[in-house]
This record gives sequence, structure tokens and C-alpha cells, in this order.
Amino acid sequence: MSTVATAPTVTFADTLRAEWVKFRSLRSTWSTLACLFLVGLGITALAMSSAGTDYANATAAERAAWDPTNLSLTTYIVAQLIIGVLGILIVTSEYATGLMQTSLMATPRRHRLLAAKVVVAAAVAVAAGQVLMLTSFLLGQAVLSAQDVPSATLRDPGVLSAIGGGGLYLTAIALLAAGLGTIIRATAGALATLVSIVFLVPALAGLFPSWLQGLVDVWPTQGAAAVFATVPDPDYPHPWLNLGGMCLGVAAVLVAAFVVFSRRDV
Amino acid sequence: MTTIEIRGLTKRYGPDTVVDDVSFSVEPGQVTGFLGPNGAGKSTTMKMITGLATPTQGTVRIGGRHYRDLPVPLTTVGALLDAGAVHGGRTARDHLLALAVSNGLPRRRVGEVLARTGLEGVAGKRAGGFSLGMRQRLGIAATLLGDPQALIFDEPVNGLDPEGIRWIRDLMRSLAREGRSVLVSSHLMSEMAQSADHLVVIGRGRLIADTGMSEFLRANGEGTVLVRTREPGAFAVRLTAAGAAVREGLESSLVISGMSSDDIGALAAFHGVALSELTPQRASLEDAFMQLTRDSVEYEGRAA
Ligand SMILES: Nc1ncnc2c1ncn2[C@@H]1O[C@H](COP(=O)(O)OP(=O)(O)OP(=O)(O)O)[C@@H](O)[C@H]1O
Ligand SMILES: [Mg+2]
Repeated sequence: MSTVATAPTVTFADTLRAEWVKFRSLRSTWSTLACLFLVGLGITALAMSSAGTDYANATAAERAAWDPTNLSLTTYIVAQLIIGVLGILIVTSEYATGLMQTSLMATPRRHRLLAAKVVVAAAVAVAAGQVLMLTSFLLGQAVLSAQDVPSATLRDPGVLSAIGGGGLYLTAIALLAAGLGTIIRATAGALATLVSIVFLVPALAGLFPSWLQGLVDVWPTQGAAAVFATVPDPDYPHPWLNLGGMCLGVAAVLVAAFVVFSRRDV
Repeated sequence: MTTIEIRGLTKRYGPDTVVDDVSFSVEPGQVTGFLGPNGAGKSTTMKMITGLATPTQGTVRIGGRHYRDLPVPLTTVGALLDAGAVHGGRTARDHLLALAVSNGLPRRRVGEVLARTGLEGVAGKRAGGFSLGMRQRLGIAATLLGDPQALIFDEPVNGLDPEGIRWIRDLMRSLAREGRSVLVSSHLMSEMAQSADHLVVIGRGRLIADTGMSEFLRANGEGTVLVRTREPGAFAVRLTAAGAAVREGLESSLVISGMSSDDIGALAAFHGVALSELTPQRASLEDAFMQLTRDSVEYEGRAA
């Protein structure tokens, strides 16, 4: 057998490249991404098609609060789940198949392996999230203007902030999902937890005592989603602060994920 | 030369001690068979060697280092603990490529190990459709990627057909001949006898034997001798009188223990008994193993 010449030590770039090879070599990666765009843009097209009638029936106050940018980005509600599945699978697909053993034997420095997974998840989510938000905005505005309803352009105030913030929001959700996948180690459990976080808790938010309202302000689909609006919401005057708060929460989940990942037996 | 040194290795899961103060070494240039009945702690020990499980106590050193500190792990150790540990949606080539890239190994290694394991024809197929034998080969291909000095296989022949078993056996022998340290587990003694030079036996988490293969057989197989003669009854009486234990074998043969074939031959000559067969029976390996592990707890670890 030929001898293998290698660098004296493995670098983080090697780990990162390997995670990218793993990510791109699965068909499910690409079908999930296709699903993200089909469903994401499909919802925008459908939701916008009735905007003409909504606007015609709207009161003056409702017309003053008319936010065509926000309308065209509400697809985030479903998109966050699909991008979350992508984040979850980056970790849990290795547990489901037992591949995690093989991966950790090749890369026994566990922080490094998980960091590479998180970087891949973040890079993919940033790219997919930004592109989805931009295309959803453009599609939504096209549908609105076809119905002679006020629409927005990229140059309007607050629009780029909403699109950029929306892409970051989706990235944070993907990282939250990767963290949950690491802690829970099973796809179904992690997905159920993510659904509870983004849908169930917001639905029950009204029942929470007032001292928990601070949490609602930075919660996904709640305060943190204020970043999708261009017409200021009196409840959330500084939407980027709310988004920043959510990112801190996601960071806390990731820290917990790193801790358990490096301690647990596989 | 990479020796795997295991010292005082202990693993507890809650109240259960599944590996209990086990020490042994896997030396270069030979196949070390790691034998024990189901649940003996073989897989757990291998997980601790490869850093997948943290020992409760004790240490494992591979060429003097902890697994986690190996600078390029796949060039030092290749381990196959579970042939199913592959994502079924990935092709064999992509699976190996990701592993090669993760350790900075040249890409050509993927083609080389695919060739050595006879998987070139299915390199582009997704592993989910592989038979058990093909998955086993893919797992072995992964262990060979970094041309490692130490190899670890957990029950590599489980579920394989005779051709696959022979292939793995020959591979392990040739890896050892190349000077590598090879550790292979099994719960089949007969399998070990054909491939291992050295034997480590554990039962209920404790080390029972750590010895050369041939010494193990000599020490643990109570030898018997098969004898055929026209007058078995009369000869049996003389044998018993001379202190041997005699029982009837198949087709009116005698199975004698407690007396060597030399002495039996001499006794027959002395009494003028004509023997038509006098065959020392090699101790059945399976018997030796069962005898040893029957009540593992009563046995103390014994150095080679
Ligand atoms: N994660 C775990 N938690 C609790 N107990 C465990 C765990 N892993 C293994 N065990 C127990 O440890 C014991 C040893 O298991 P192990 O898999 O190491 O045995 P083995 O020698 O490989 O057996 P086999 O020949 O069946 O593969 C078993 O009793 C098993 O139930
Ligand atoms: Mg086992």
C-alpha cells in the first residue's frame, strides 16, 4: 500500500471542507432547499393575490399602516421551519445513521466538528435566507403592482433593512435548529421542539405573566419578527434590538449544544 | 510502530460496571483477537479506545497519545465499529471523500481504498442500497484511507458469507504482516483461531486471559485421544486401571482423557491390544472458550 503524505496536523479548514462535502453530497439537502423556495415563494404569490381586495376594503387607518414589504415577507413564518429542518438534519442525520461515530473517529476534537457544522449551517442559511427574502420581496411587489395596490421598491426607506434582517432572522433559526438537533439528537424531537418554539409559544403568549413579556419581545415569530416591517410598530420601536435579543438566546442554546456535545458518549 | 496500550480501563453506566479494570496491549505485527461472549464489554472497550466513550477510570494510549490528541487521526488509527455507520443517501465515493478531506488526505486515496476493497464498481451508488457485505467493505475501506498503523475491527465478519469471511481474515493477516497493530473482536473462538496470533479474552467486563494463541489452546483445551480397537470393552478396563478417564465415542471408539497418546500406545503394546486408530484430539476451541467464560467472575486476569 502506498504511503500517505499528509500535513503534520489537521486544520479547521479541513474539517470545514469535509462538512461541506457531506452537506452537498446528500440529495435531501437539495430537495429541502428546493422546497424552501417553492413553498416560500408559493405562499408569497398566493397571499399577495388577494391583497387587491384587502386594500380596496381597508379603512383609512389600515391603509396608513399598509406595509407592502412586510406583506411580501410574511412567508418567513413557514420558511423558518423548512430552513430549521436543514439545520436540524446537519446534526441529527448523523445520529440517525450512526455516522456520528465515524465522523468523531476522523475528527475527535468535538468542538471543531460541531463548529464546522454550525459554520456550514450558517453559511447555507445566510445565502438561502437572503435570496429567499429578496426574491419574495420582488415577487410580492410585482403581484401587488399588477393589482394597482401601493407597492414598495428596494430604494424605499426600511426595505433593505427588512430584507437583510429577515435573512439574518432565518439564519438564526437555522442555528437554533442545529443546536436543538445536537442537544436532542433525534430529528423528530428536535423538529417538535422547534415547532413549539416558533408556533406554540407565540400562540400562548397572551397567557404569560407580565414578567415573561421581556421574553416575548425577543421571541421568534413575536418581537424578533418586528424586523420584517418597514412601518414602525409602536410595541417594538427598535426591531434590530429585538432580533439581537433572539440571537443572544440562540447563542445560549448553541453554547449548551457545544457543552453536551463534547461531554457525551456517542 | 504503533502500540495500543490499555491500562486499568473501567467504564460504569450507572450502577453497572461494564468494563472493569482491563489492561492489555495491542502490539504491532500481529492480530490480537478480542474475545468475549455477548455483553462482555468488547464494543465498549473499543469505543473508549477511539474516544467515542469516556472511561470512568484508566487510560488508553495509542503510540503514546490520547486518541483526541492524534494530529491526523486517520493516519494513526483506522477503526470500524459499526458497518451501518454510513449515511444511506451518500454514495460510497462521497462518504470516503468526506472522511479523506476531513484529515487532509489526498483525494487519490479514495480510489485506492475502493480498489483494495473491490468496491470500484459501486463507488457511485448510494450506500443505502448496499448489502451487508458491501457495507462491511465500505467500512473497511474507510479504515484504510489514512494507511494507519493501528486497525480496530468490531465483529467484522458478522453476517458475512464464507467468501467475505475469508477475505476479511486474509486482509487482517496481511495488515499484521505489514507491521500494523490489528485488534479484532469476535464472540466466535473458531474465527479467532484462524486469524489471531494473540488472544485477549474478557467476560462480564473483566480480563480473563491475555496470552498467545497457542499457549491459550494448550492451557485451556483439555486434550483427549480417540482410540479404536476390536475389543474396546477390555481395553477400556485396562485404561481405567492405568488411571485414564474413558468414555464411549462414536462407532464404538473410545475417547480418553488424562493420558497422553504416547502412554496409550505403550499400554496397548504392553497388553498386546491391536489399535486401528490412535488420534490426539485438538481441543475444541469453542469448548476452551466456553470453559473459560462459563463463570467469568471466578477467574482472575492473568498476564501472558
Ligand atoms: N450506553 C450504554 N448505557 C448503558 N449500558 C450500556 C451502554 N452501552 C453498553 N452497555 C452495556 O454494557 C455491556 C457491554 O456491552 P458491549 O456492547 O460493550 O458488549 P460486547 O462485548 O460488545 O457484546 P456483543 O458481543 O453483544 O457485541 C452490556 O451489558 C450493555 O448492555
Ligand atoms: Mg459488541
